[in-house]
Formats: sequence, structure tokens, C-alpha cells
Amino acid sequence: MDKNKHFLVGIFGDQDDLLHGVGDIRKKGVKIHEVFTPYPVHGLEHALGYQRSWTPKAAFMFGFLGTCLALIMQIGMMVIDWPMNIGGKPYLSIPDFVPVTFEFTVLLASYGMTLTFLFVRGYLPHSVPRIFDIRATDDKLVVAIDLANNASLSEEQIRSILKDLHAEEVYRRDFTDEDNKSSFIKYVVDLFTNGVTRSSRIAHHR
Amino acid sequence: MKADSYDIEERFVFSDGAKRSIFTILVIGVVLFVIGIIMLATGGDSSEGGHALAFAGGEGSGSEHGHGHHYTWTDRLKVNFWINNVYFLGLSIVGVFFFAVQYAAHAGWSAGIKRIPEAFGSFLPVALVLMIGVFLWGNHTIFHWTDASLYDKESPNYDEIIAGKQAYLNLPFYLIRMLVFIGGWIAFYYTLRKQSLLEDIEGGTKRFWKMKTIATLFIIFFAVSSSVSAWDWVMSIDTHWFSTMFGWYVFASWHVAGLAAISLTLVLLKEAGYLKFLNESHFHDINKMVFGFSVFWTYIWFGQFLLIYYANIPEETIYFVERLESDFYSKFIFFNLFINFFFPFLAFMTRDSKRKATIIKIVCIAVLIGHWFDFYLMITPGTLKEHGGFGFLEIGLAMIYLAGFAYVVANALSKAPLIAKNHPMIQESLHHHY
Repeated sequence: MDKNKHFLVGIFGDQDDLLHGVGDIRKKGVKIHEVFTPYPVHGLEHALGYQRSWTPKAAFMFGFLGTCLALIMQIGMMVIDWPMNIGGKPYLSIPDFVPVTFEFTVLLASYGMTLTFLFVRGYLPHSVPRIFDIRATDDKLVVAIDLANNASLSEEQIRSILKDLHAEEVYRRDFTDEDNKSSFIKYVVDLFTNGVTRSSRIAHHR
Repeated sequence: MKADSYDIEERFVFSDGAKRSIFTILVIGVVLFVIGIIMLATGGDSSEGGHALAFAGGEGSGSEHGHGHHYTWTDRLKVNFWINNVYFLGLSIVGVFFFAVQYAAHAGWSAGIKRIPEAFGSFLPVALVLMIGVFLWGNHTIFHWTDASLYDKESPNYDEIIAGKQAYLNLPFYLIRMLVFIGGWIAFYYTLRKQSLLEDIEGGTKRFWKMKTIATLFIIFFAVSSSVSAWDWVMSIDTHWFSTMFGWYVFASWHVAGLAAISLTLVLLKEAGYLKFLNESHFHDINKMVFGFSVFWTYIWFGQFLLIYYANIPEETIYFVERLESDFYSKFIFFNLFINFFFPFLAFMTRDSKRKATIIKIVCIAVLIGHWFDFYLMITPGTLKEHGGFGFLEIGLAMIYLAGFAYVVANALSKAPLIAKNHPMIQESLHHHY
């Protein structure tokens, strides 16, 4: 089995060409792997047919967890483990616990959502992002199409579809198995033995 | 709610159907109101304050009515008038405030809906008449400090603390403040309204910049006057007591109720076939504010409560003792927190719920009712002590005020084009989408 990844990369120079192009490409049955743009393009997520993110739900769950943990912590400390008389209040005085509960809820909700996002997208320290075209950070809009997902169409057909939709440039990009592999242990070992940094591994792709 | 093709010149027609609906609310209100009065006057309903007739005060250290005092149904009537006065005046002025903030902030999304908060301001002159009228009629019931014997050293009622506040709390100065504040708001409102209507005719950006200046001045004036009026109209009821957060508290309550009223009006107008350009993004924006400011209200409410609870100074805690230790009021406190915080917080948390007409209507009506109860809780325990009640009288009078408010606002809405077509940022609002 071929473990290497084969992509067709279309470079667009104009935002409107991209927005219309993405819709037309999908209409012709071509599945798009990802689009890289130097700035947020409004409406692109609709054109790509993305579903709404479920991270807010994760944030709510983490927030709720934070509320519960904060209350358990405070009640455990202030009521069960070491009851203290503060200003003659009852040991279990909920209003006093509200500020800490609030802060902990916000803390867990925000960190939880951010880390969930990073984890799901694979943006962890050891991850090696595939750089399709470095100009995506400058002035070009880059469409990546995974050939393995579009087995029904030949490479030539997809190439001509992209050309018809005013792609300035279309070329093939292959990533070897070695490039795709990312292991957290390997990353740590590399870091300590060779001092290989993340940036030098990215440079390898250029 | 999808946007549809719209008519930029459209006007709101105050139809017979709308008038009939308002009239129905009025009639039901009047009927409930009369039933409530009859029940109280004949003492038939003892659970709702009928026993108050036999009450002679002087209980405990917390009572400011140290001398004997008989509570009658007219007292309860006066107090209810005052609750509704303050509440509906708040809805009205928050309309103007919202409108002013949009100008000061150069907000574009709201340009197309600005006529709705603008129409809210038309209730201000009515509110001024009601405020002065009810104050002159019921000041001895509502405001303990209006009792002249409190300031007389010879009198057994002499109260050193209240006498110390005489320079501020006296009838002439109080009435002057009321006139200056509401009068100032009315003056700002009519100046803004005039510029806004001239803009419809003239076009250009001249009126926009002028309105921005007036709106900014109004916000500065409102920042001070809203706070001071909260001390005057609400906090001075509990004359011995004071809280430095009270101005914010009343403002927060007014603001979120006003935003809910604006949002509800928008939904009703959209469903009646007006403002067809409105889409989910507009509703999302206004309801984000309802959501955010209900949290803001809770923050202020809790900030005030926690400091008093934690410091535990008797002069300060009396305010919450009167409410939380009371069999009658304590349930309202928890109801208040539930309907004004937990309910909108959970119901409006997701993105989709801020965009659906049904949920918007439920939450906004809940918030409007909830903040009426907030004012009920601010005003009733200090005036009627343990003898407050909640029954047909309260519901009826609130409905009468609601009908009056709706009539005045709808009438003002029909007087001007519904879309400010020459607002410099109107296109941003008409095509608002994200």
C-alpha cells in the first residue's frame, strides 16, 4: 500500500476567483483537502461546506466541569477538611465561593476549548504541518486536493478543472511517508539528542 | 428568519388590529386592577396584604416606621404606581441611550433599526408627568424622608441620620433634580429626533456628525443623571441605607430590560411584515447584548450582595435582611435571580437560540417580567415593609402601563419612516451578514 500522500496544489491570485472556484470545484465532484489563505476570506467556510465547529460545546462542558471542581474543592477544603469560622458565617456559605467558582469556570472553559482545538487539529508541539506552498502566507490563495480522495477523476482532469477556474498555477506535490509521520516521543528525543527544532523540520519541506 | 426584499421608504402603519391588541391588554389590565382594588378594600383576601389594615408598626430596630402606621390598599396602590413609573421610564430612556451609544460608537449594523429605540423615547414626556404626579400624590407613603417631623428636634420622631441628609433630601431640591434629569433627557431626545428626521430629508453626513456630538454629550449627562436618579427614586426609599453600587444596579436593570424590549419589538415588527431586511445576524447582535447585559446585571447584583454579606455591618445588611429573612419577599429574590440570570444565560448561550424568533420572544418576555420584579423587590419592602403583596392589583396596573407604553411607542413609530434611509451607514445595516 502506498503510504505516501499525493496532492494537486492550485494557486489562486484573486479572492473572488477562489470563492467562485471553490464552489465550482466541489460542484464537479472534486473533494478539496484544505484551502490556505494569508488572511480570513469571508464566506469561504460556506463555500467549502464546513459544518459549524463543535468547540463551543467542548467549552461549555469544560466550563461546567470547572464549576463542579471549584465547588468540590472549596467545599472539601472549607467545610469538610478544615472548617474555619470566618466572620461568623456558616461553613457552607455559597456566596463566598462564587468568585473562585466563577474564575475557575472561565479558566477551564477557555483553556479547555483552546487545548481541545489544538489537539483535534493536531497543532501540538511535535506536529509537523504540511507546507503546500509558502506563498500562502504572503499573497497567494492555495487550494490543496488530495488525489487519494478523488480516485474517480484522473489527475489531468482535476488539473484542467483548476486551470479553467483561473488557477494561476497547478502543480503536484508529494509527501513521503517519513514527512507525514509525527511522533511526540521522536520529537522529544530529537530535541534532546540533535537539538532539531520544529522550524528546521518545516524547512525540510520547502 | 431570512431577509427578504424590502422597501426603503416603508412606514409603520398603526393598524386597527394593533390598536385592538393594545386595547385588549388595557381592558384586561383595568379589570384585574379593579378586582384587585375591590379585594383589598374589602379585606377579602387576607393572604395578599388584607391583614395589613390592622397593622400597627414599631417592630424591631430595622423598621424606619417607628411610630404607629396603618397600611391600607391606597398605600399599595401608590407604591405600585411608583414601581411602574420607574420601570417604564427606564425602558424609555434606555431606548434613547441605546440609540446614542450607536452614534457614539459609529455602529453600522444598527443603522436600519434605529427608529425603534428612537420611538421608545417618545414615552419620556408621559413619564415625566406621571413621575411628578405620583410623587406629589404619594410621597408620604413611598418616601419615609418626606415626613416633616423627622427633622424636628422637638418631635419624638426626630431622626438624626435622616436630618443629616436634609440638605440633599428635601422636597424642592428633589423635585428640581427630577425636572432637570427627565427634562434634560427629553431635551436631548427631541434634539436627536429632530436631527434624525432632518437627515431623512437632507441626506449627507452633516446630521450624522451633529448627532454624534449630541449623543456623546447625552451619554455624559446620562452617566451622572441615571446614577443620581437611582439614588433619588429608588435608594432613598430605604432612607437610612445606602449602597455605592446602587446607581449601576438600577442602570443595569433598566438597560437589559430596555434591550429586551427593543429585541422583542424587532421580532414583532418583522413578524408583522415590516423591516424585511432584518436577518439572523441583526437578531444575533441585539440578543448578544441581551445575553451580555443580563450577565452584567447579575455581576452588579452579586457584587452589591457579596460585599454587604461579607462585611456583615448591620446598617448595610438590613436591606437584605428585610428581603431574605422575610417569608414573603425571599421567594422573589430567588425568582429574580433565576429569571434574570440563569434562564437567559442558559437559553441564550448557544448561537442558534439568539437567532430564532420563538426563543427570542420567550427569553425577552421573561427578562422584561424579571426586571419588573427586580424593581418590585427594590421598592416594595422599603415602603410596605412586611405588608407588601402580589396579586391582581400589581398585574393589572403593570398591564395598564404596558398598554400605555405600547400605544405611545407605536404611535411615535408610525410618525416617521421606519428605515432611516439617509443614514451614512445604512447600507452596512441592510447587508449586515456574518
